[in-house]
Amino acid sequence: MEKRNTSHLFTRGIALQALKDSFIKLNPAVLVKNPVIFIVSIGALMTTVVVFTDILNGHFSNFNFQITLWLWFTVLFANFAEAVAEGRGKAQAASLRKSRTQTKARKLVHSKEEMVLANDLRKGDVVICDAGDIIPADGDVIEGIASVDESAITGESAPVIRESGGDRCAVTGGTKVISDRITIKVTSEPGFTFLDRIIALIEGAKRQKTPNEIALIILLSGLTIIFLLVVVALPAYFGYSLKASGVSPNHNLTLPVLISLLVCLIPTTIGGLLSAIGISGMDRLLRKNVIATSGKAIEAAGDTDVLLLDKTGTITLGNRMATEFIPAEGFTKEQLADAAQLASLADETPEGRSVVVLAKEQFNIRAREMQSLDTEFIPFTAQTSMSGIDLKNPDGQLRRIRKGSSNAIRKFIENNNGFFPENVEETVSELSRQGATPLVVGENNQVLGVIHLKDIVKGGIKQRFAQLRMMGIRTIMITGDNPQTAAAIAAEAGVDDFLAEAKPEDKLHRIREEQANGHLVGMIGDGTNDAPALAQADVGLAMNTGTQAAREAGNMVDLDSNPTKLIEVVETGKQLLMTRGALTTFSIANDVAKYFAIIPAIATLLYVTSSGVSPLSVLNIMKLTSPESAILSAVIFNALIIVALIPLALRGVKYRPISANRVLALNIVIYGLGGIIVPFIGIKLIDMLLVSIHMI
Amino acid sequence: MNEAIQIVLFMVALAALSPLLGRYMAKVFIGEKHFMKPVFGWLETSIYKVSGVKSEEEMNWKTYLYGVLLFNLFGMVVLFLLQMFQAYLPLNTEKLPNVSWHLSFNTAASFITNTNWQSYSGENTLSYLVQMMGLTVQNFVSAATGIAVVLALIRGLTRKTTDALGNFWADMTRSVIYVLLPLSIILTMVFVSQGAVQTFSHYVKATTLQGTEQVIPLGPAASQSVIKQLGTNGGGFFNANAAHPFESPTPFTNFLEMLALLIISSSLVFTYGHYMKSKRQARAIFITMFILFAVGLAISLWSEYSHNNVLNISGNMEGKETRFGVANSVLFSVVTTDASCGAVNCMHDSLSPLSGMVSMFNMMLGEIIFGGVGSGLYGIIIFIILTVFIAGLMVGRTPEYLGKKIEAFEMKMAILAILAPSIVIKLFSAIACSIPAGVSSLNNAGPHGLSEILYAFSSAAGNNGSAFGGLNANTVFYNLMIGFDMLIGRFGIIVPVMAIAGSMAKKKVTPVSSGTFRTDNWLFVMLLISVILIVGGLTFFPPLALGPIVEHFLMNLGVTF
Repeated sequence: MEKRNTSHLFTRGIALQALKDSFIKLNPAVLVKNPVIFIVSIGALMTTVVVFTDILNGHFSNFNFQITLWLWFTVLFANFAEAVAEGRGKAQAASLRKSRTQTKARKLVHSKEEMVLANDLRKGDVVICDAGDIIPADGDVIEGIASVDESAITGESAPVIRESGGDRCAVTGGTKVISDRITIKVTSEPGFTFLDRIIALIEGAKRQKTPNEIALIILLSGLTIIFLLVVVALPAYFGYSLKASGVSPNHNLTLPVLISLLVCLIPTTIGGLLSAIGISGMDRLLRKNVIATSGKAIEAAGDTDVLLLDKTGTITLGNRMATEFIPAEGFTKEQLADAAQLASLADETPEGRSVVVLAKEQFNIRAREMQSLDTEFIPFTAQTSMSGIDLKNPDGQLRRIRKGSSNAIRKFIENNNGFFPENVEETVSELSRQGATPLVVGENNQVLGVIHLKDIVKGGIKQRFAQLRMMGIRTIMITGDNPQTAAAIAAEAGVDDFLAEAKPEDKLHRIREEQANGHLVGMIGDGTNDAPALAQADVGLAMNTGTQAAREAGNMVDLDSNPTKLIEVVETGKQLLMTRGALTTFSIANDVAKYFAIIPAIATLLYVTSSGVSPLSVLNIMKLTSPESAILSAVIFNALIIVALIPLALRGVKYRPISANRVLALNIVIYGLGGIIVPFIGIKLIDMLLVSIHMI
Repeated sequence: MNEAIQIVLFMVALAALSPLLGRYMAKVFIGEKHFMKPVFGWLETSIYKVSGVKSEEEMNWKTYLYGVLLFNLFGMVVLFLLQMFQAYLPLNTEKLPNVSWHLSFNTAASFITNTNWQSYSGENTLSYLVQMMGLTVQNFVSAATGIAVVLALIRGLTRKTTDALGNFWADMTRSVIYVLLPLSIILTMVFVSQGAVQTFSHYVKATTLQGTEQVIPLGPAASQSVIKQLGTNGGGFFNANAAHPFESPTPFTNFLEMLALLIISSSLVFTYGHYMKSKRQARAIFITMFILFAVGLAISLWSEYSHNNVLNISGNMEGKETRFGVANSVLFSVVTTDASCGAVNCMHDSLSPLSGMVSMFNMMLGEIIFGGVGSGLYGIIIFIILTVFIAGLMVGRTPEYLGKKIEAFEMKMAILAILAPSIVIKLFSAIACSIPAGVSSLNNAGPHGLSEILYAFSSAAGNNGSAFGGLNANTVFYNLMIGFDMLIGRFGIIVPVMAIAGSMAKKKVTPVSSGTFRTDNWLFVMLLISVILIVGGLTFFPPLALGPIVEHFLMNLGVTF
């Protein structure tokens, strides 16, 4: 599947489908889910009845007919907004579905292979996959190692390694084994695989209203009830006023006029766009290759105010690198570099490699072929905390070179009746203070010097954290380093706090602690031992490369497995809520202008003075042409603004990493003040247009 | 100039005294030491002993609400019966007959809801017993009920992860003993010293210069007059209310009446500040109220002093007491409608159309500009919750107030609290102006008649109690409609407010950060004002346009009805 980065809001295909869907959504059972738009549709139905009874009685009102038309348009436009948002998701789901072919699986039954349909696999079944096979279901590798092409899910074409045990054992149904053979234990029931869930989520089939959406709907319903009352009570006041003005009660407000007023006042703009905003929030995340298991999770992401970030991979580039050789007294840098390179030759860790590379770069010491020599590599063990090499010089002298933590090397030297020089000790503590990792190199009974291993903080991450701080989000770095090292990196990267020497259970503990203090915590994890913390966190973003347990525990999965993604997730969550707030404000602010259009329009008969006009026509500050054109213009504006705002609903309001107060002030000016002014202009323009083309 | 000085003096006195009284009340209700404890402490403990109240036992919101409702139901039944049978009861010096059932219902509802709408004239209808045992008692306890409810809400908002909202009976007792009683004793002394009447004597018969006989009603007016202001009750001892020289004899008492009327409501804002441990938050609320008050006053004054094309004068004195003049009458009219008090020192019916509209709109907003004792604060907190929800979303977080998330349940309750009074005002006034039983009570034709009906129902639903006059409200129709209007306007808010208190108390508190939507700065003040005005304006613009607004234009054109 191609990368989901289409910049177009919607294609022709989506638009056509959405057009069709907007009519299908006229089904009352669907409409009733959106109280505001449901009211509009009832109003439209009532005016339709009025128009038809008029025709049956032999007179036709052009005004009523046009009102009816625009009321139906209002409903259709709202449906269209929702359908477009859904359509974008459906297009993505369709391409995902293609990869879910009807594969056969080689199921192991009593150590014999049996061909079965992938759909018949149950949780706990064991299957075998060879190179070229499509993995039939989600599962964990229990035997073997293989490279797997996961592009069907992630869009990333480079294959990934999957192996039994450890944190890279999870495989996803629908992906393809490229090399080797693995045995997989199925972990999902048919129809509930990862892919199935993604598709269901994208299509919005399982979309539930989120807590904030529900609260907003209550507010909108409340406003709708208020305006319903305004409109219901109006004929009574009007009747009284007609009588007081000496006008026949037959001139009381007609149903289409009352319904027009109602539809203009109730918050149709936000009501019509609300579900599109929700769907597109999920959609925007998907475009960032993040799959949220629920809309609730995205909302929670916006609320998050503490982020737990792993140091490695998120804050620093994957690994520590050797950056400097600091020799002990009596040795040269070159001697140290040479010994350090020898000790690291067999060290396949990135740190070991970086030592070899640094020695080569600085002193052009090449890696030597060691097989010819009489050598023995000493691997790193947790007990000794060091690694190295034993080799015999041509003169038969045994060189025992070790590199490791200062404590380990001290023990090693002292066991060989040497001593640990003071200046090395000083260097070690100085480096630790800087947050670097000092790696001491010793040979037999002498200390040669110290390798400066340094964490490389990712470029631009400090600014990112500063932005987060401005948004009121605290960052906590999680690391296995000692507190000194951690503090130095924390300072360099600009995180607010750190958790040093962290064990997996410390993460969980810290999350609980933050939550108890009222914070909402977001974290990233990939390992099985991250699962409890991922489940506990308010936003748990699991890496797609992680274990099945981690993916199950989190409420979001990052297909790119990019740890900095959490920050983007938070931004998307905030944007979602902002869009709702902005459009609600805009919608309510719009009403001011509509009152100024409609009230003078309907009051033309009241208390008419000798000059022949009603004193209330003073309120017609837009100078709209006639009562009919005023009402019609307001209704048309009300319908068109929904269409005009669909792109905003789909894209979300512009997100800026600035403090809450400034965001608020800015949005109030744009959507609050703008919401008051825009309709005055819009209604006036529509009125002028209507008159110029003789629609009224 | 003189008028301007008086108005400024009033504002300064209000702003200066409120924080002091607020601090004192905080001490009283938090349970700290305060100087009234040695004076009245014995009374508090003996009340608890006699009634068996365990004052330290805190209640959850349902128990607390049950206490509020039970207490008010009891008060209503007693008051109803007292009126129905006053002829058989003592202290009826003028041998007044029993009160009709619908008026008894209306008056009972009116006094327990802190409305003090009076469909009758006090001196001709009610015996001393009813006035004192019924009305004066309710003047104290209905105000105390408001304080108790707002205390529960304040505790709910400022405590975390708890059920406990305080003890209703203790809150009631403390409100009466340490706040209302001392203040009214002091003020009554001042009023009596200024010449207000305080006696149990028979009415006095006098012969006027023309030789006709005039009955001059007397009674324990001073004490009633003071508590009706302090408790934002507003029910006058005499029909002329605060315009009557026996109730408010001098400009000085007039000044004190206005101050007494706002002081507890505005001080409670600062009490809230102490609970929040944030003076800034309290100040923001106070400033919001103050601006709304000042703007209303400015419009009202402008309208009163503008040239009246019909009468060809400006500064119309019709319906105003010459002792107080235009400025003090307008100030009083704004203050009394801001504060849900309803005491009047001039006839609001005779105010200019726009001044009348300001008074009406103050009440339609739900009496939140200082508002009733307790009820003003809980009313504006509902608007704060609404503002925080609408605007708070725009900062990209689930809206929160004082660190507590506003979720569906709070929204539902806040909407209910805002809907309840609006629904009754709109529906009942719509009914009244379309049926003969409603229209026949009108004394004025044209838009002013609509204003009178609107005013009556707004006043009742806002638990204000002032009347536009001109409307004969002592009919079965109006007594019942307005009676229900008052009950819904009161308890339709109290019940959801208590529910919000309960659910907010249970929540955790998210610490403040720069991602938090601040509720203590100018931006929020402006937002809150906008939401209040827009929600209120959108709800009531059509009837206001057909009532006072069109009347204003017509007046400028010289048209009358």
